[in-house]
Amino acid sequence: MRPQLPTLDLVPLYPLLVVTGWAVLVLLADLFVQHKRALGYLALTGVIVAAVVTVALWPGVPTSFQNMAISDGQALFFNLVFLVTGALGLLVAIEYLERKDLQRGEYYALLMFSLAGMIAMAAAEDLLIVFLGLEMMSVALYVLSGSNQRDMSSIEAAMKYFILGSFASAFFLYGIALTYAAAGSTNLAQIGSWLSGRGIPKDPVALTGLSLLLVGFGFKVALVPFHWWTPDVYQGAPTSVTAFMSVGAKAAGFATLTRVLYSAFSPTFTTDWVTVAAVLAAVTMTFGNLAALVQRDVKRLLGYSSIAHAGYVLVGIAAASPVGVRGMLFYILAYAFMTAGAFAVACAVERREQSTTTLADYAGLAQRSPLLAAAMLLFMLSLIGIPPLIGFWSKLFVFRAAVEANLAWLAVLGVLNSALSAYYYAGVVVQMYLREPGRSPAEEVAFRPWRSALAVAVFLAAAATVVLGLWPGAVVNLLMGV
Amino acid sequence: MAIPLSWWLTVAAALFAIGLYGVLSRRNAIGVLLGIELMLNAANINLVAFWRFITPQALTGQVFAIFVIGIAAAEAAAGLAIIISAYRRRRTVVVDELDTMRW
Amino acid sequence: MLHSIWLVIAAPLAGVLLNGLLGRHLGRAFVGLVGVGSVGVSFVVGALALIELGALPAAERSIGVGMWDWITIGSLQVGMTLRADALSLWMVLVVSGVSLLIHLYSVGYMGHEDERMFARFFAYLNLFVASMLLLVLADNYLLLYAGWELVGVCSYLLIGFWFHKGDEEQAPVVLVDGSQVAVPPNLNPPDSGKKAFIVTRFGDFGFALGVFLIWSTFGTLNFTDVFAAAPQVPTATITAITLLLFMGAIGKSAQLPLSVWLPDAMAGPTPVSALIHAATMVTAGVYMVARNHVLYDLAPTSSLVVAIVGAVTALYAATIALVQVDLKRVLAYSTISQLGYMFLAVGVGAYAAGMFHLTTHAFFKALLFLAAGSVMHALHDVIDIRRMGGLRRKMPVTWLTFLVGALALAGFPLTAGFFSKDEILLKAFEFSPWLWAVGLLTALVTALYTFRALIVAFWGQPRDWPLYEKAHESPPIMTAPLAILAILALLGGLLGLPIVFGVPNWLSEWLAPIFAAHAPAEKHMLSVTTEWLLLGISAAVALVGIALAYWLYAQRGDITARLTVTLRPIFVLLINKYYLDDIYNAVFARGGQRLAALLAQGLDKAAIDGIVDGGARLFVRGGAWLTQFEDGHIPHYALGMFVGALVLVAYLVLR
Repeated sequence: MRPQLPTLDLVPLYPLLVVTGWAVLVLLADLFVQHKRALGYLALTGVIVAAVVTVALWPGVPTSFQNMAISDGQALFFNLVFLVTGALGLLVAIEYLERKDLQRGEYYALLMFSLAGMIAMAAAEDLLIVFLGLEMMSVALYVLSGSNQRDMSSIEAAMKYFILGSFASAFFLYGIALTYAAAGSTNLAQIGSWLSGRGIPKDPVALTGLSLLLVGFGFKVALVPFHWWTPDVYQGAPTSVTAFMSVGAKAAGFATLTRVLYSAFSPTFTTDWVTVAAVLAAVTMTFGNLAALVQRDVKRLLGYSSIAHAGYVLVGIAAASPVGVRGMLFYILAYAFMTAGAFAVACAVERREQSTTTLADYAGLAQRSPLLAAAMLLFMLSLIGIPPLIGFWSKLFVFRAAVEANLAWLAVLGVLNSALSAYYYAGVVVQMYLREPGRSPAEEVAFRPWRSALAVAVFLAAAATVVLGLWPGAVVNLLMGV
Repeated sequence: MAIPLSWWLTVAAALFAIGLYGVLSRRNAIGVLLGIELMLNAANINLVAFWRFITPQALTGQVFAIFVIGIAAAEAAAGLAIIISAYRRRRTVVVDELDTMRW
Repeated sequence: MLHSIWLVIAAPLAGVLLNGLLGRHLGRAFVGLVGVGSVGVSFVVGALALIELGALPAAERSIGVGMWDWITIGSLQVGMTLRADALSLWMVLVVSGVSLLIHLYSVGYMGHEDERMFARFFAYLNLFVASMLLLVLADNYLLLYAGWELVGVCSYLLIGFWFHKGDEEQAPVVLVDGSQVAVPPNLNPPDSGKKAFIVTRFGDFGFALGVFLIWSTFGTLNFTDVFAAAPQVPTATITAITLLLFMGAIGKSAQLPLSVWLPDAMAGPTPVSALIHAATMVTAGVYMVARNHVLYDLAPTSSLVVAIVGAVTALYAATIALVQVDLKRVLAYSTISQLGYMFLAVGVGAYAAGMFHLTTHAFFKALLFLAAGSVMHALHDVIDIRRMGGLRRKMPVTWLTFLVGALALAGFPLTAGFFSKDEILLKAFEFSPWLWAVGLLTALVTALYTFRALIVAFWGQPRDWPLYEKAHESPPIMTAPLAILAILALLGGLLGLPIVFGVPNWLSEWLAPIFAAHAPAEKHMLSVTTEWLLLGISAAVALVGIALAYWLYAQRGDITARLTVTLRPIFVLLINKYYLDDIYNAVFARGGQRLAALLAQGLDKAAIDGIVDGGARLFVRGGAWLTQFEDGHIPHYALGMFVGALVLVAYLVLR
C-alpha cells in the first residue's frame, strides 16, 4: 500500500514562500553580483512582489496547510505592515550601509529571512509555526544587530539581544509545552475549544503555560518587565536595523500574541489575561514615557518611546473586543510609519564615524536640512498624538476600545501618558527648530527625494503619516473586513 | 511505562532550573549559552513526555521536539558567531563587561 | 463663496507650501507677496461668505460644508466638515482681517532678517492662520482639537523664532530713597517657547479628556448632534465636560492659574505677539466657550467657575501691568486681563458681549502691539519704557495710533473698547454686583496702567538721549496697518452700540441666531435708568483713571516716586508677578527634586538638557530613578525578566 501523502494546500503561505524564496535568491545573487547595492533593490523587488501577492489574497483564505497556517484578513494586514516596514528598512539600509561602508549581500538576505519569520508568525495557527517563525525572525535579527563588526556597540547589542532573546525563547517553549499538556494539542483553535469545553477553569497548568507564553511575547514586543534589552539594542544596532526591527519584531509579536490570546485562551481565561494585559499596558506605557524623559541619545529615546507605544498597543488587546483588535491593528500600522520614519531620519543625521545620534546632533536641523527637520517634526507630532496626523487616530481607537471595555482608568492613564510623552518628543523638536547648529554640524544626506533612497523612505513615511491622518477611512474600511 | 509522568516532569523542571541558574550566574557567554540550551532541552523533555502520556496517538509533541532541536542548533550557531565576533573585538567573552550602553 | 469656505484655509496653506519649500530661493518680495496675498484671499472669501450668509433668512444661517468623510467607525461619524454660521464667519473675518494687516506690517518689521528666516517666518505665520481658521470653522470636536493643537505648535515655534537670543537681564528699579528693587529677567526665546508648551499642556490634557468624555457620553462629536442631545444628559456629566474643556481654555487663554506663559511669550517677534498672543490664538478659549454655550448654559456651576476665574484673572493681571517696565509685558498682562473680561462675559451668559469684546480687543490690542513693535523697530529692540520718553515728537504716527489704542483699551467714552467693556459690565451687574465691582475696579486699573505706559514712553523728555536721537518713524508698510487698526479701534464700537442708545446692536443681532436659539430669552431686568447710570459710571471710571495717570506720571512724578517707597512691599509683590512663577518653581521643580532625591538617594545624573522645566522635573527625576536599573548588565536584565516571569505566574496561578 502506498502511503497517502497529505494534501498540502499552500495558498495561504504564498507570501511567505515568495519572501523566503527571494531571500535565497538574494543570497545566491550575492555570489555573483559585485555591486551589493543592487542586491538591496533586488530584495526590494521581492518585497513588492510579496505585497502584490498579499493583496491578491485579500480578503483572506481559510485555514489550510494541515490546519497550521491561516491567511485571514488579520494575517494579511500584518503582512502588509511587515512588507511596508521591510521596504522602508531596505530603502534606509541601501543608503545607510553605503555611507557606513557596510554594504554586504547577506544583510539583505537576512532582512528578508527575518521578514519571512514575521509573516510566518502572523499566519501561524499552530504553536509550532509560532515558534518556528519567532526563531526565524529573531535569529536573523540577532545577526543583523551585530552586522557592524567594527562597532563595539553593535556587537554588544547583538550579544544582549541574542542572550536575552534565547532566554525568553526558553520560557516561551516551556510555556508551549505546558499549554500542550493542558490542551493536548498545539493547534490554537483546538486548544481554544478544548480549554473552553473540557478544560478546567483555573487550570494551573494552562495558566502557567499562558504566563510563560506572555513572557516570550512580552520580550518580543518589549513589555515591562521584559523590556530590558530594548533601549540597549535599539541604541547599539546599526540604525537601519533598528528602523526595521523596532517595528517588525514588535508587530509580529503582537500579531501572534493576539491570536494566541483570542483563539487559544478565550473565553475560559479571558478575565485572567485581560487583567494582566491591562496592568502590563499601564506599567509599560508609564515606564517607557518616564524613562524616555531623561534620554539624550535619540535612538535610545526612541527605544523607550517604543516601549511606551507597546503599552498603548496592549491597551487595544486588553479591551478584548473586535473594536480593540481593530484599534490595535491601526495602531501598529501608524506606529510602523511614525517610528520607521523617525529612525530613518536618525540614519540621515548620523555621522559617518558615529554609531548613534545625540539630541545635540539635531541642533539646528531646521537650518541645515529643512525638509528632513519638517519630516521629523511630523513624526514627533504624530507620536505625541496630535491631530490630524495618523498617531492621533491610533490612540483614539485604542483608548476608545478601553472605555468600551470598562477600562476607563486605562484610557485616562493613556491620555495622561500621551501628555507626558509630549515633553521628550518636543525636546527633539526644540533641538531642531530652536537651537543653533552645533560647532560641527552633522553631515546629513542631502534631502533630495529623487536622488536618495533614504530620502524616499523618509518621504513615504511622512506622506503616510499625513495622508492616513487626513483620510484614515481607507484603513478603517480595510479593518472592518478583518 | 514504569516511570510515571511526574518523574519526567520533575527532571525537566530540575533541568530548567539548573539552566536558569546557569544563565543568571555564569559570567562567561559560553556558559550562559549552555544554560539556555539546558532550558530549551528541559522544555523538550516536557514535550516528549506529554506526547507519550497525553496524546500518544498524534505525533505533535515528538515532532515539536525535533523541530526545537533543529532550531536550537541554528540559534546556537548564530549565538556562537556573535560571541566570537565579540571576542575578536574585545578579547573577552564575559557578559558583564558588555555594559557600555545603559540608562 | 459660502460653499467654498474651505478656501479660507486652503489659501494660507498654499502659502505655507510655497514659502516653506521654495521661499528661500525666491526672495523677500515674493515671500511677502505670497504671505500677505494668501491671507488676503482668506479675508476676501470670508467677507463674501459673510455677506452671502447675511442674505439668508436668520434660521438658515448655518451651513455645513463637508469636504470628505474623515472617519466612520461604528456609530461615530466625523466629517472633515466646516461649519459656516454667524459665529464662525465672524471669527473668520476678525482673524483673517487682523492677520492681513499684521502680515503686511511684518513685511516691514521682519525686513532685516535674512531671506531664509524671512521665508520661514511667513511659512509659520501662514500655518498659524490656516490652523486658527480651522479651529473656528470646525464642525466637530475633533477638528476643533486639531486646530487647537496646531495653533499651539505654531505658537511655540514662533515664540522661539529668535532662538539665538539669550535671557535679557533687566536693570533694577531705583527708588527715590536710593534702594533698588530687582526686576526678574526676561526669559530667552527657546525657553519661553518651551514654557508655553509645558504650561498649556496641562490645559490640553483636560481638553482632550473633555472631548473623550463627550464621545463616551454622546457617541458623537458633531457640534449640532451634541448640542441637540445635551438637555437629556445629567447635569453632573455636562459640568464635568465643560470644566474639562475649560481647562483647555485656561491654558490656551492664559487664565489663572496657567497664566504664567503668556508674558514670556513676548520673547517672540512683535507681530507674533500681536497676532497670536493678543488678537487671535489666546482668544480661542473664549471662542470655544461661546461655541459650546449650549453646554455651559446647562451647567451653571461651570459657568460660574468661568466667570469667577475670568474676573479674578482680570484684576490680577491688571495690577501686575501697573509696574512692568517692559512695554510688551505691560501689553501682555493687559491681554491676560482683557481675556479675563471676556471669560467674565461668557461666564455670565453674555456670549455676544464676549464676542464683541473679543473683536474690539483684537483691533486695539493688535494696534498697541504693532505700535510697540514700531517703537522697538525705531529704538533697535529697546523695549524698556524707562529708556524711552518724548517719543511723540519723533514718531508722530506711532504716537497717535498708540494713543488711540490706549484710549480704546482704557475704555475712553465712545471708543470701541468703551462699548464692549461696558456691555460686559452691564451683563455682569445683572448677574452679580460683586463681579461687576471687580470688573469696574479692573477698568480703573486698566486706564491707569495704560496711560502710565503711554506717558512714560511717549510724553515728557527723553531719558536716553543717544537712543532718542536715533529714533525714527517706521516705513509706511508698517504705519499703514497701524492707521487702519486705529480707525477700527475708534469706530469698532459701532458694531454693538448699547441698547439704551435706541439703535440696534448690530453684532448682538447678527449672533442672535446662534446664542438665542438655545439660551433662555434675553431678560431685561435692568431699567433704562440703571443702564444709563452704569454707562455713566464706566465712562467716569475710565476718565478718572486716565486723569489719575496723567496726574501721577506726567504732572506729579515726585508723588508717585514717594508713593512707591511707601508702598514698597506691594510694589515688590507686583514686580515679581505675585511670585506665581517662583511658587511653581518651588513646588514643582524643587519639591519634585526633593521627592526624587528621596527616591533615588542622591542619584544625580539628570543634568538634563532639553525640555525640562518646572513641573516636568518631578517626572524627569522619576525617569532617572527608573532607568538606574537599566544598567547594561545582561545578568541583571535576565534576573529582572525572571522575577517578572515569577510574578506573572504567581499572580495568574494563585489569584
